[in-house]
Amino acid sequence: MDLIDVTFVQPDREALVRGLLAILPREAVLCETEELKPYECDGLAVYRNVPLVVVLPSTEEQVSAILKLCRGLNVPVVARGAGTGLSGGALPHHQGIVLSLAKFNRILSIDPVARTARVQPGVRNLAISEATQPSGLYFAPDPSSQIACTIGGNVAENSGGVHCLKYGLTVHNILAVRAYTIDGELLEIGGGALDAPGYDLLALVTGSEGLLCVTTEVTVRLLPTPIKARAILAAFNQIEQAGQAVADVIAAGIIPAGMEIMDKAVTRVVEDYVHAGYPLDAEAILIVESDGTDEEVEDEIARINAVLERAGASELRVSRSEEERYKFWSGRKAAFPAVGRISADYYCIDGTVPRKQLATILRGIGEMEKKYGLRCANVFHAGDGNLHPLIMFDASKPGEIERTEAFAAEILELSVELGGTITGEHGVGVEKINQMCVQFAELELQMFHAVKRAFDAPGLLNPGKAIPTLHRCAEYGRVHVRAGKMAHPELPRF
Amino acid sequence: MADDLKVLQERVAEAAGRKQPLRIRGGGTKDFYGRTSAGDLLDTRGYSGIVDYEPTELVVTVRCGTSLAELERVLAERGQMLAFEPPHFGDATIGGAIATGLSGPRRATSGAARDFMLGVRVIDGRGQDLSFGGRVMKNVAGYDVSRLMVGSLGTLALISEMSLKVLPLPFATLTLVREASEADAIRMMNEWGGKPLPISATCFVDGKLFVRLSGAAPALKAAQGQLGGEILENDSILWQSIREQAHAFFSKPGDLWRLSVPSATPVLGLGPALIEWGGAQRWVLTNGDGSKVREAAVKARGHATVFRPRGTREDVFTPLKPAIAKIHRNLKQQFDPHGIFNPGRMYADL
Repeated sequence: MDLIDVTFVQPDREALVRGLLAILPREAVLCETEELKPYECDGLAVYRNVPLVVVLPSTEEQVSAILKLCRGLNVPVVARGAGTGLSGGALPHHQGIVLSLAKFNRILSIDPVARTARVQPGVRNLAISEATQPSGLYFAPDPSSQIACTIGGNVAENSGGVHCLKYGLTVHNILAVRAYTIDGELLEIGGGALDAPGYDLLALVTGSEGLLCVTTEVTVRLLPTPIKARAILAAFNQIEQAGQAVADVIAAGIIPAGMEIMDKAVTRVVEDYVHAGYPLDAEAILIVESDGTDEEVEDEIARINAVLERAGASELRVSRSEEERYKFWSGRKAAFPAVGRISADYYCIDGTVPRKQLATILRGIGEMEKKYGLRCANVFHAGDGNLHPLIMFDASKPGEIERTEAFAAEILELSVELGGTITGEHGVGVEKINQMCVQFAELELQMFHAVKRAFDAPGLLNPGKAIPTLHRCAEYGRVHVRAGKMAHPELPRF
Repeated sequence: MADDLKVLQERVAEAAGRKQPLRIRGGGTKDFYGRTSAGDLLDTRGYSGIVDYEPTELVVTVRCGTSLAELERVLAERGQMLAFEPPHFGDATIGGAIATGLSGPRRATSGAARDFMLGVRVIDGRGQDLSFGGRVMKNVAGYDVSRLMVGSLGTLALISEMSLKVLPLPFATLTLVREASEADAIRMMNEWGGKPLPISATCFVDGKLFVRLSGAAPALKAAQGQLGGEILENDSILWQSIREQAHAFFSKPGDLWRLSVPSATPVLGLGPALIEWGGAQRWVLTNGDGSKVREAAVKARGHATVFRPRGTREDVFTPLKPAIAKIHRNLKQQFDPHGIFNPGRMYADL
């Protein structure tokens, strides 16, 4: 089955272009094949679709008018930020338009006293912190793509980062969103205060992957920049020990700024690349970071060090300078490009499991490596159980893409089985649409579709993504099983 | 009282069949909150108990009817807490705490009830048992229905079970107090909020500004040097009285309004105020017409709730803009098509 299985009556492209040209200047409407090409995929380049048209509005009035037009002509709309997403969330619909928010790239205001900033969705994540840094403030969510990804995309995906156990995800760090429905109606969600009257629509639209509305402005919360940060690098002879060490840190009443694990496979690959001096014989490397005031960091580092020592670390290093701290992190941050250097292609997975299941899932992945004949390196946001296995493959070899997809699907299904989720931070998009059938039963999926209808009755915003059709789940042939019971034992299953 | 989910489900399905409104109620400690809602009483207290608690995973899964005090006792035994510090107002249940979504003094720095919500199990208005979210910190599969339930006042579904993130209790706590005018208090709260200080609560009342510091002892000592002020002995009594609204401020006559505004909003001049959350939450008592209070809050880009009304309970919450109100009605229609859950408790048409 096609990854996007929601289709429409083929729209009248000429009428569509005419309508768009009445709203936008000529240069903001892209129709030629060579203009459309750059938009055919996002960060998940294995899936590609050429849209009918790409539009680049620069005002809210234009966004509203475009949506009304598409509503009238029954044309699907896929909103797009920087296109760095890893789940195909911005993959175009072949019958629809791509609505790029690239021109919404201004920081509208910064209030250093109230510690908020109003920004347009096309502003890059890191640009917010760069602009607020003179006031000693920053925007906490720091996805690894933060130099390129936009705040609009962060809202759509509820992006996290390596510091989210302590500082939260996007949903915890925004106060308001201005967004337009497919009817072209403005939704002013949230406000200037910490909460808003009525239902928590801010939470509902955060992470909704562009299926509910199109964001045109975000009010973010800013935090005071920590005075100091130090990191500890710990080596362990067993991956289980490293997992237990993370649990011990938390049991000791500490919530560090970040806790990351790399397995031996990753460590070796990155060491060749960054020369950080990682211990190469260790089965797992754990990096723990502490930030805050001088006194907080010194106290916390001492506590963490003691815990890790008791947990059986074979080697412990505490950073003594910013340079050394960056060195500890260099390999973790370079894990993806380093793997890209030794493998023609790699595929990044995003399952999350309860931390205590770390060893179990890594063992499972080890067995799958043999089963599928593909290597896999593992990095792990250990603090919150978010695993990023990197499956290495070569797309030019026949059958390897299919084997990789099957490998990935099995990891995600094991994540669900172990009490976790198919996606911690990358989103469902098109990539994990089938695994949604494993994580959720029919009733929940129906309710998700109902939520979409509450915002987007014709179903034109990013159709076919994030929430699978019930038909797809029937076809996929895997049915959610809860507590050993089928959702509808009376129904036939094929 | 129902001690099994099936019984609750049947009760809801039966009410749905008759289009008979239900008034979902736990400890009844927040009966005063929101608009009045008629309906058959559905007492959730029988459906109680901690389903799963793993301190090292920072997650507790609990049934709605569980006593909030009991839950907090179990967490404290393992050195943990509900960091949003929900008020009890008596023998509250966790279900009620989440359905009202109220948060206490720690909210400005640690987060609100909704920020700690990881997953829910709900019974919708058809009597269906549904699960959303999960027990892990990061989960972006499907819409965030779990957080949508927080503060929805039971108007969308009956929350039967929830998984919440918990946090370690601080190693040490210290409260500093000083005299201050309301304007100076707001200014200082905002200045402090912009600095990396271990602040866990602030409160201005009766010409005094209190700031609570939480964390490692050396960090508190350093922050004390930076902030100045006198140490308040037995400070937990003060914070408890703010959290539970047992402080003398709250016993004065009048309608008690809760204003949620941007933290740096200047003095509103609506009468004596108790200010929390670094300036972002302001309690005001009024006699007579409250429209000025709401006007002032909305003008400041916030909103105002008649938290404890003496008289009529009509316009408790700030009215929604038409486009937002429409989404509310649509969601209500999807979750509770027969309109049986706490009808009118939040807004007349929900």
